[in-house]
Amino acid sequence: MTDDVERVLADTFAQDWGRLVATLIRLTGDWDLAEECTQDAFAAALRTWRRDGIPDVPRAWLTTTARNRAIDRIRRERVGAEKVRSLVVPPGELDLDVLDSGIVDDRLRLLFTCCHPALALSSRVELALRTLCGLTTAEIARLFGVPEPTMAKRLVRTKHKIAVAGIGYQVPSAARLPERTPAVLAVLYLMFTEGYAATAGPHLVRVDLCHEAIDLARALTGLVPDDPEAAGLHALLLLQHARTSARTDADGVLVPLEEQDRAAWDHAAIEAGLAELRRAVRRERVGPYQLQALIAACHATAPTAAQTDWVRIVALYDELVAVLPSAAVQVNRAVAIGMARGPQAGLDALAATPDHPLTPAVRADLLRRLGRATDAADAYREALTRTENQAERAYLERRLRA
Amino acid sequence: MQYLLLISADEETAVTRMREGAFASFDTWITDLEQRGVLRAHVGLHESATATTVRLRDGEVLLTDGPFAEGREQVGGLAVVDCADLDEAVAIAAAHPAAAFGQVEVRPVRVS
Repeated sequence: MTDDVERVLADTFAQDWGRLVATLIRLTGDWDLAEECTQDAFAAALRTWRRDGIPDVPRAWLTTTARNRAIDRIRRERVGAEKVRSLVVPPGELDLDVLDSGIVDDRLRLLFTCCHPALALSSRVELALRTLCGLTTAEIARLFGVPEPTMAKRLVRTKHKIAVAGIGYQVPSAARLPERTPAVLAVLYLMFTEGYAATAGPHLVRVDLCHEAIDLARALTGLVPDDPEAAGLHALLLLQHARTSARTDADGVLVPLEEQDRAAWDHAAIEAGLAELRRAVRRERVGPYQLQALIAACHATAPTAAQTDWVRIVALYDELVAVLPSAAVQVNRAVAIGMARGPQAGLDALAATPDHPLTPAVRADLLRRLGRATDAADAYREALTRTENQAERAYLERRLRA
Repeated sequence: MQYLLLISADEETAVTRMREGAFASFDTWITDLEQRGVLRAHVGLHESATATTVRLRDGEVLLTDGPFAEGREQVGGLAVVDCADLDEAVAIAAAHPAAAFGQVEVRPVRVS
């Protein structure tokens, strides 16, 4: 029983934290109160559910509890009777369908607010990870490589600016959506990336972050159906995530793409990703997310690693570098060149690439394929100094032993 | 919500651009704000060389010739607008002719 409660709570937290916080912010207009009351509701659930059993719809129970907690807190602090009145819902069951089918998903409101261009890019990501994904301040601090009190101050500052500067808690008007959507796409992409290859910790993948990012990307395509890059991002995330279960072995060691068991990929997710990608490219406005999705599609549709169309992948990376010349993209292009034209060509391309945390690991693999074992070992050792992720480290150590 | 728009630019550039007619759209900008009823205050300033900066130290009034912050970029105008939210204030700021070569700082006004 106890185990059931904890499992359901963990699942509900992963799935619904963002939705709960988003709804509470809409109801109270107070970001801190919303987070605290949501936290309180989860704490109360642990006690109550153990005593009375798990409710039929955990999220409805948590929403009601968090809202009641907010009403209590506002009453106690006497922050004006008007605020309380707007919170009091007529007696009766809380109707989840009404909550969900509201004009827009509350999470999109929260997402667009977090991604307001008047906030610095890092502030947007930090706040989204905190409010939408429920990461703790300590986790976000580790992610950005700053002490926890520093991150706590940054989060307070960001929420203060939203409140004081009058950044509306809303999805922007249709006229402003085109200029506001790219920032949202960038944050969803970073959220997914962090979930897909956690910067530190025992697990390579934080599935809850990936799911949240995919789900939000899907919701966003509903809001901006004519934006091919939104569809491109959704397709990219689906295609990447489809490989998740094959990316680590039973011992949690990273499995490189060429050694992955392709039968273990999520083929339903691949189909969904390919369908979304086809819808996107039909508009013939191909941007960086669609290009990355097209590359992911090459991998997803190759029957075996050996049959991968690396020549096409290199061509796609050439296009991608032209619009997004980041170090990560250039390193991945060098990998593709190494596969299409041989390891020496890959090394040459890598030499002309700005440094990236993945550079030594990529160089090591290319040197290994050239038969330069000693140089490869040096590079693997250097790569070990560049990652704290346990699954990646286990893979590099395995290569060093081989 | 009320916002202060602090309009600043490189003063030399501003003089040149004004001579070239960059402020032709200024009348439209301010008329639009007046008609919408959002403009609470607006002032344009003489150049910063005409400024006097005042400090009180140890009971003594100290004067400096010039603006409090030296530099090419100087405040040339102020406006207070009453808007629904930051997005509306940003749209007003972006439409000010000086935004095309200088910048407009948008600051929420404190209400006590």
